[in-house]
Amino acid sequence: MQMGFPILSVITLTPFATGVLLLLFPAERKREIRLTALAAASFTLGLSVVAYFNYDLAAAGYQFVEKAIWVEPLGISYYVGVDGISLPMVLLTGMVMFTGVLISWGVDDRPREFFAFLFILATGVFGVFVALDLFHLFFFYEIAVFPMYLLIAIWGWKVTREYAAMKLTLYLFIGSVLALVGMLAMYFLSGLSTFDMIALQEANFSFAFQKFWFPFVFFGFAVLAGIFPFHNWSPDGHVAAPTAVSMFHAGVLMKLGAFAALRVGVMLLPEGARFWLPLIIFLALINVVYGAFVAMMQRDFKYVIGFSSVSHMGLVMLGVATLNQQGITGAGLQMFSHGVMTALFFACVGIVYDRAHTRDIPSLGGFASKLPWVTVAFIIGGLVSMGMPGFSGFIAELPILLGLWSAGSVTSGHFIAPYYTWIVMIAVIAIVITASYILRVVQRVFFGQMPAEFEGHITNSTRLDKVAIVLLASVLVLLGIFPGLMAPLISSGAENVMAVLGGI
Amino acid sequence: MSIAAFHPAHLIAILPELALVALAGVVMTMDVALAENRKRLLGLTTAVGSFVIIALALLFSQPTGELIWGGMIRNDMAAFVFRLVFIFSGAITALLSLDVKGVAHKGDYYAIMLGAVVGMCFMALAADVIMLYLAVETAGIAGYVLAGYVHRDDRSAEAGLKYFLFGAATSAVMLYGLSLLYGFTGETNLNAIATVLASGEVALAAIVVTAVLIVVGVGFKMAAVPFHFWAPDVYEGAPTPVTAFVSTASKTAGFAVLMRVFITGLTASGAWLPMLVALAAVSMTLGNLLALAQTNIKRLLAYSSIAHAGYALVAFVAYSELGMAATVYYLMAYVVTNLAAFGVVILVARSAGSDEIARYAGMSRRSPYLALAMLVAFLSLAGMPPLAGFFGKFYVFAAAVNAGLVWLAFVGVLNAIVGLYYYLAVLKVVYVSPAPEGAAAVDVPRAYGFALAVLSVGIILLGTASAPWFGWALRAAQGLF
Repeated sequence: MQMGFPILSVITLTPFATGVLLLLFPAERKREIRLTALAAASFTLGLSVVAYFNYDLAAAGYQFVEKAIWVEPLGISYYVGVDGISLPMVLLTGMVMFTGVLISWGVDDRPREFFAFLFILATGVFGVFVALDLFHLFFFYEIAVFPMYLLIAIWGWKVTREYAAMKLTLYLFIGSVLALVGMLAMYFLSGLSTFDMIALQEANFSFAFQKFWFPFVFFGFAVLAGIFPFHNWSPDGHVAAPTAVSMFHAGVLMKLGAFAALRVGVMLLPEGARFWLPLIIFLALINVVYGAFVAMMQRDFKYVIGFSSVSHMGLVMLGVATLNQQGITGAGLQMFSHGVMTALFFACVGIVYDRAHTRDIPSLGGFASKLPWVTVAFIIGGLVSMGMPGFSGFIAELPILLGLWSAGSVTSGHFIAPYYTWIVMIAVIAIVITASYILRVVQRVFFGQMPAEFEGHITNSTRLDKVAIVLLASVLVLLGIFPGLMAPLISSGAENVMAVLGGI
Repeated sequence: MSIAAFHPAHLIAILPELALVALAGVVMTMDVALAENRKRLLGLTTAVGSFVIIALALLFSQPTGELIWGGMIRNDMAAFVFRLVFIFSGAITALLSLDVKGVAHKGDYYAIMLGAVVGMCFMALAADVIMLYLAVETAGIAGYVLAGYVHRDDRSAEAGLKYFLFGAATSAVMLYGLSLLYGFTGETNLNAIATVLASGEVALAAIVVTAVLIVVGVGFKMAAVPFHFWAPDVYEGAPTPVTAFVSTASKTAGFAVLMRVFITGLTASGAWLPMLVALAAVSMTLGNLLALAQTNIKRLLAYSSIAHAGYALVAFVAYSELGMAATVYYLMAYVVTNLAAFGVVILVARSAGSDEIARYAGMSRRSPYLALAMLVAFLSLAGMPPLAGFFGKFYVFAAAVNAGLVWLAFVGVLNAIVGLYYYLAVLKVVYVSPAPEGAAAVDVPRAYGFALAVLSVGIILLGTASAPWFGWALRAAQGLF
């Protein structure tokens, strides 16, 4: 549906404008600052919901398109539009932003700056998801990078925040500037004098060119998706970040990496993707298995979730690397499902930590009696994480595995073609490990005997916390029961990708 | 290219320079006439006058591209843009000088600075090597005096002397290069020189030697490695507004000369361009690596400015229209950004009495808006969107990739990472480190607040609505080739 209202621009720029506005508030008006932040987040979420339900599935393709010349001599335009893959990401970002504000209600140190930076970050994220112009994408991608540094370094966990923030920022910046050089090479070699991604899809880059530049672009962005061996910044960053930032980070930012790797890497350099496919699958498989094992070994509650993200993002990458419609649909669903799930997890961890002031799993226990809502929400997240039928994780992981299973025939002739069944087997084993670490955390933290030192100190979760976790948890359940709410949409997006991949 | 006969309109072409000289005279006269307690007006007059002159330049001195004044001057788009940058830098420097001890209430300080601006304008306007050298010396000598202006302060005196010794030596070498150019070609006009050189009568080796000699002088102005040794000491010792001025206007003027001589004048770029490529790579790398170890903010910005000369050179050595446009854009972005950075440094030094980075601890709690201005400036230096430095770096790397210098673009982006590291390290002190006991808010006089607001808005404008400014830069570049 084409609307006169520039809905994507408003979604993208509202957080930034709000961020700037917040900075003009007197610092001591904390209540007004929070309420303004909440109003802006609600408005943005509302608009993303409107966009989501107004997308015309029958027409598919890019919708709500807006285009304006930005820098004419170089063919740079402000060019936005969403398809079946990016629209759920916009919705996801809106949700994480909204719940992130609720969860951060208690931030008392410079809340003005906190919400301002968080919102600038949100603008960066929205901008990438809706970008149809390479420059536009890169511009907003970089906007998303630096607020992370400040958010983690200022409001993070005192022990590791400075180290983790710097490590994260440098990793992401290195990845993005390498991708930048690749994108510039594409721009100049295409001879089209445009950064328009849809036009660049027709550029017909030579195989040698694609082979050389694909790794820069794909892995440059995939750093943000936490692909092995560049995943190292991610658990450290998650753990050091304040709750809302962890939610944003694992829930949305990592998707940004996978999304950009797909949009720019795979869709613009498909032959390169095909050439590097075995390596991507190999690395993604390590993500899945190694991430799960490391998560199992952690004593720190938050690290468990941090490494589970590494593992789950591996599944997204596997889905992308199938290069078939089923797998890419699965990857899209997994991005959404994991985004909501991990935001929920970090919200739960944050609520527990705020009360217990420790995240050491062996010294926790019995929180179910004091935090029943959090317990239920965490268990729902856990079931999603394990891929249990009836929850969104299942409808995401199944297509990925099915896609992988049949990917052998799509890539017939490739030397890894005969091994796809093995890859599926290994990935499935990882899901079993996921079940073990999730159940361990549930049992140790929420059930059993509460240690004596916590008795009487643990307050119930606040109403705002409950709103946040109920919203996130119900989306996970809803999507698990009614996959039709999203699966056809993402499938249409995957079709769009397949159309570009063409003969592959 | 023919030289236009004199016409009264040619006076209009140098109207901004004439007005600057007149303004200097006004300021000197006011210095004598004003009572001691009203001398703050001197700086304000300089600033307001400069802004008026910018308006005059925009209204009346539009570029024509003709050779005028006996072939000495060409008011083309490049000159037009550079001149605005210099006058803007002068105006902001005057504002930033208003409450700085030692320089604030001195009429001759402002007059000398205006003289330096005039010199720089003529560096950009020059179409003849004699004019060029005169302009370089005018700006240079004024700069030495400014650096050593607070002669009772040992560090300022040392800065002035050091700046002068390096400047005199390098400019002598450059003069020798220019004289060789005249000797080989028999011409002083840059276009005429190019015509003779293009005929192939002059040996390639002679052109290369000339190029090397001239690069010494220009490299000093730009503070590019290996002609950078003066920069950290002069930046640290000179009164901070002067540092701001030298690191922005003077560096940009160096690039203006570079463009005049190495694009309009010299041919056979293939033979000497590799030298500038090396300069670019080494300036970026060394500047950034040395900046890592600094604990004094002025020295840190000195090394960072060396690195920025390197980035701008990356675009220059692309040696294309896009490259020159990128260079000009990068310099515009850099000037606005660096002036903002120094604006903050001046204010903190006034309150804390020191330029040590440790003194910035907890600034975001004490002075949140000043901290924000610093955040904007430093992230722009690091090349983050939506700020000026982002577009600057983007154009620079685009030009390099376009020219096939992919490896240089990689060196550049890796350097950008190093840069991000130390800029963030400073911001960490500002935002994360706890404020020392009893540290008070930094006092921000209204003029400084105004200057920082203008600069911050400029940084964001250059970083979002890039098209009009890039259009200027592109037109400037097209006039050069």
